[in-house]
Amino acid sequence: MATIQEKISKLFPAATFEQADTLQITIPDAQLQSLARTLRDDADLAFDFLVTIVGMDWKDSLGCIYYLASSTHANTLAIKVSTTDRENPMLHSVSEVWTIAEIFEREVYDFFGIVFIGNKDMRRLFLNIDWVGYPLRKDYDTNPDLNPVSIENERQSDGTDMYLENAEGKIEKKHRLIFEKDDFVVNIGPQHPATHGVLRFRTAVDGETIKKIDVYMGYIHRGVEKLCEDLTYPQTLHFMDRLDYFAAHNYHHGLCLCIEKAAGIEVPRRAQVIRVIMDELSRIASHCLFIGTFCMDLGATTMLFYALRVREQILDIMDKTCGARMTFNYDVIGGVMADLDENFVADVKALLAVLPKNIKEYNKIFTGNVITKNRMEGVGVLSKADAIDYSVTGPSGRASGWACDGRKTHPYSIYSELDFEQVVMEEGDSMARFKCRMKEIEESARIIEQLIDNIPAGDICAKVPKVLKLPVGKWFQMVEGCRGVFAVYLESDGSTKPYRLKIAPPCLPLAAVVDHITSGNKIADLITIGGSLDYIVPDMDR
Amino acid sequence: MFDFSNVTGWIHDLLSSFMADWLVVVTECVLIGLGLLLAYALLALFYIYFERKVCAAFQCRLGPNRVGPFGLLQSFADMFKILIKELISLKHTDKLLFALAPYLVIAASMLAFAVLPWGKGLQIIDFNIGIFFLIAVSSIGVLGILLAGWSSNNKFTLIGALRSGAQMVSYELSIGLSVITMVAFAGTMSVTGIVEAQSECWFIFSGHIPAIIAFIIYMIAGTAETNRGPFDLPEAESELTAGYHTEYSGIHFGFFYLAEYLNLFIVAGVATLLFFGGWMPLHIPGWEGFNDVMNYIPTPIWFIGKAVVLSFVIIWFKWTFPRLRIDQLLALEWKYLLPINLFNLVLMVLVIVYGLHGPVCPVIE
Repeated sequence: MATIQEKISKLFPAATFEQADTLQITIPDAQLQSLARTLRDDADLAFDFLVTIVGMDWKDSLGCIYYLASSTHANTLAIKVSTTDRENPMLHSVSEVWTIAEIFEREVYDFFGIVFIGNKDMRRLFLNIDWVGYPLRKDYDTNPDLNPVSIENERQSDGTDMYLENAEGKIEKKHRLIFEKDDFVVNIGPQHPATHGVLRFRTAVDGETIKKIDVYMGYIHRGVEKLCEDLTYPQTLHFMDRLDYFAAHNYHHGLCLCIEKAAGIEVPRRAQVIRVIMDELSRIASHCLFIGTFCMDLGATTMLFYALRVREQILDIMDKTCGARMTFNYDVIGGVMADLDENFVADVKALLAVLPKNIKEYNKIFTGNVITKNRMEGVGVLSKADAIDYSVTGPSGRASGWACDGRKTHPYSIYSELDFEQVVMEEGDSMARFKCRMKEIEESARIIEQLIDNIPAGDICAKVPKVLKLPVGKWFQMVEGCRGVFAVYLESDGSTKPYRLKIAPPCLPLAAVVDHITSGNKIADLITIGGSLDYIVPDMDR
Repeated sequence: MFDFSNVTGWIHDLLSSFMADWLVVVTECVLIGLGLLLAYALLALFYIYFERKVCAAFQCRLGPNRVGPFGLLQSFADMFKILIKELISLKHTDKLLFALAPYLVIAASMLAFAVLPWGKGLQIIDFNIGIFFLIAVSSIGVLGILLAGWSSNNKFTLIGALRSGAQMVSYELSIGLSVITMVAFAGTMSVTGIVEAQSECWFIFSGHIPAIIAFIIYMIAGTAETNRGPFDLPEAESELTAGYHTEYSGIHFGFFYLAEYLNLFIVAGVATLLFFGGWMPLHIPGWEGFNDVMNYIPTPIWFIGKAVVLSFVIIWFKWTFPRLRIDQLLALEWKYLLPINLFNLVLMVLVIVYGLHGPVCPVIE
């Protein structure tokens, strides 16, 4: 870390440094773009993975924190930029350095009203275009009269404003149309069988060929981050079930780790083992559902039922221990909510016994099929460089050859002690994404096998004060969800409630990359590609 | 074998004994129409139940089992539901074409019913170009689908209809060519003639390799022609919600639904006719005793039984394979099936010319 600091301070004397759990560089807005470029391009730094952009309102100023990681080394870094102008806050865009920033910056614009100079799309991301106010600002007026529930048809804009800096450094406002005038635009979604939730693709097609896709999200936006600011820390946890509802344990785990790190709580060994087993069970269940729904998207309805059999078995195991099948609310600060069911070990072993047989069956029915191969091989190829550029993590990123498994790159809990492989494939097409998940099921089973006989006795939860107050500070935690890297940023002002809780879901980049890898393909390929990316809409919308 | 023309002849004589000639024709038409509608409805109900049970078996489920014994009345309940559902009228549609489309689709499949050989002497019209007529009328269906997609004024239906047009027109070629192959083998276009020609041995056995190739191609093209998976692109539910019939409701939707199942039966029925002897019982040359036993099974049971077995194969396709993409679908037809088919026709001609085939009864015109 010291070397990074020395290097940056030499190049950018204006930068100041602050060491929290992540080194944070504060830089004036004017130098942001050149710093970003240096961080990405310098061979020693190589921060090519933009994890998230955290919009912030520090009351006296507005700003952003950019969290960076790397595809080649394990360092993380944060850049802080702020502006004191609350009326017309403007910052420079980094979308030319990391393409995914385009959509991250739209989110910040939506919630904080910060305009990004140079971003080609400055529409709201989640809220309606006529929404009044910027909800995550601390002075936001929550009066419902300002934003009544509309019974009119949803209004939408066909164009966007963009703010560009000209040669003299002056900022010009320009208008740009999303689609060309005579494009034939088909609305796929928000109510559509293959969008896996209420996601909307405005798809310009030329016959059956896709020209451009405009992803329109926010139909299931619930303002989780805003809600969390009014809740105590234990209360914020249950929202994690409602993001990626197919694999809630991992998200719970992430937020718990972040809060525990902040509060300095040591989690008992038994609880850690249980958490990891639950995470991996969730991963198997989630990937099974992926296999089922994906095959159904391709028209092979029968596979859904074969895949659901295994998932049902896992949900039954969860049900016995957690008391729920989807919204478990099982991980709590300091450990887990309840001890394991008495049949847990036997049930899990029964599951492990049938898994290999099932996977073999899936491959027999589906993977080897010639139609399947034609539909998936070479369809929606995402190169490794693009995967990093678009922050596409998880199985989708690994299928493109990017070893981005958070369990390996930034080990947490007891993952560093476990023996498992990170599944990385090279092709980057839909078939690779599918096979990658198949293999991950096997790896997860391997992890569970190592742990299931060695669950240590002891407490399931550490002693945690009834009223939990975190010290002033900020923390950042990444975990590997089932669909990619799930990151939490937590800033505390010393009270019982978070000052800011930013959730960085893996599905937002997955949806953002759809346009890039579908253009030029057929409509049917959009379904294949969308299915193989396996995004979950409540996760991206929050 | 019982000849059903005795029954129909008796009815005709009975009616003629007290009616004028023109009235006899009218009465007979009405009777046949009623019989056809009844058979149509019953077959559709049976197929809905059959497909559900088969699909359930493939998917490790039970299928309908609540309404009536073994869920037998489930499809009656569904049919009744669809009959009493509201027909939602839509703005901005072409009202006439929108209403006309489902009738065109259903009329096409009903007309095709007319030439199917249900049993010995049990056929509505039997004339010398029966097969030709069948191919001609079954093409009307695509018109209905195109109209449905166009008149709905919806982008999904339009894409579905365009896909359907491209698909059906292409696959009709394959159907036509594989039918021609078998017609060449039988030496007649008359449906009865084709069945009689198989009285010693079904064409699939006597027709040598070209008959088997023609059969495989016919089954693939027939599945595509009925818009069933893996060729269900016009109504690919994960892409186009419901394709060309997205905007239809109530019984209008029901017509499309029925026509799909009936077309399944027709495709299977024609395959039965061309390759498995129609209503002709299984005869093995030389096994006289066996052949006599087979003759005791009534001919309609032979026909319907064979058709149901073949439709089971088509249903099997649907619940096993994923869907093709439109370009792959067209490539399959134009790059593979069509050349193979043309080659197969030549092969069949050679087989006929050099007499390499098994026993075929000479057709007496």
